[in-house]
Amino acid sequence: MASLRDVKTKIGAIKKTKQITKAMNMVASAKLRNAQSRIERFKPYAQKFFEMLGDLAAGADESVHPLLAKREEKKTVGIVLVTSDRGLCGSFNVNLIKAALKLAAEKKAQGLTVKFYCVGKKGRDAVRKAEYEILVQYRDVMNSFDFTLASKLGQELINSFLDNTLDEVVLVYGEFISLGRQVPVAQNILPISGDQAGIPEVQSSGKEYIYEPSVEGLLAELLPRFIKVQVYRGMLDTSASEHAARMSAMNNATRACDDMTNALTLLYNKTRQAAITRDLMDIVGATEALK
Amino acid sequence: MSKKLLLEIVTPDRKVLSQDVDYVGAPGALGEFGVLPNHIPFLSALGIGNLYYKDAGKTHYVFVSGGFAEVSPDKVTILAEAAEMATDIDLERARKAQERAQQRLARAQDKIDHARAQAALRRSLARLTCRNSGDKAGTC
Repeated sequence: MASLRDVKTKIGAIKKTKQITKAMNMVASAKLRNAQSRIERFKPYAQKFFEMLGDLAAGADESVHPLLAKREEKKTVGIVLVTSDRGLCGSFNVNLIKAALKLAAEKKAQGLTVKFYCVGKKGRDAVRKAEYEILVQYRDVMNSFDFTLASKLGQELINSFLDNTLDEVVLVYGEFISLGRQVPVAQNILPISGDQAGIPEVQSSGKEYIYEPSVEGLLAELLPRFIKVQVYRGMLDTSASEHAARMSAMNNATRACDDMTNALTLLYNKTRQAAITRDLMDIVGATEALK
Repeated sequence: MSKKLLLEIVTPDRKVLSQDVDYVGAPGALGEFGVLPNHIPFLSALGIGNLYYKDAGKTHYVFVSGGFAEVSPDKVTILAEAAEMATDIDLERARKAQERAQQRLARAQDKIDHARAQAALRRSLARLTCRNSGDKAGTC
């Protein structure tokens, strides 16, 4: 049986761990609120953007822009994997990485070369271990990214697509559904297809517009930005999901700490009682012997 | 003028402005255009520059870059990658950005660097003029 002192140190250690997990839970919930409000602030822009694109696409002939063109013969596929930089958030990163690697394996089985773009350290590490080629990586950015970063990454993707380094691009990110539910989502972002998943709100308002410079000119401006908007949304969602996942993971850890402290306190008291009983027996035995 | 236009400026990070105004002047990709209420539906790309609107006799200035304008009879929506009210512009920062861009412009070797530095220079200059115009109009 463990000694009294051992049990006591253990209880102390667990109590300290509990303080940490509790603090992390609160930090994560504050950050989650922040991330959620960023999503809220992004919504009007995204909404308007999709409306505008919908109007334009309705009046435009397809196949007017190289970003819309499907390639007959595909050779390489780029996977953009957005994960968090830090762990301690349950199975969140693991799920994302699993989804991305599964996709990569499928593409590889079709005879395609897979190249990765990694945002976030966790994904980068896993992809490197799986020995896929990483073209671009951004680390330690999930804490403080803004549209500039999404714009940079988006431009990178567009350039690679246009110079035929990539024939297809898939974005893998953690969609934020609710506090308790975050789902890895794989979304094809290049080439842009008319009935793209994830933008159900595309609808034409039916107005006749005057376009300046021209429909083609506007599409040439809008489509690259569309990629950036999607990358940005992926990053925002992943960030919110990360904090939500961390919150629930830390909540579980705090509860586990409570359970363990209870069990150990019980053990401590039992051990103490046993020791007292033993001591009493000794004394009684000694006095008996002296008689 | 009784009828007004609703001017909305949104960026990916926030909604910069949503206000009823009398007149909007915007830096279109093919040159500046002005919008009064009852304008015909119109969609245009915007360049880097200053947008201004008139409200209650006063002119307000807004810096915009990389955006689009959607005009309907009673509403103007601006989608921009970056937009700042003249009041919010950090003069010091814009000046520093201008210097940096000029230095880079002098050093830039290849075409892409050159183009980037030029865009940065144009943005910083537009910010400065925006603030100055705002100061002159007395709305800063």
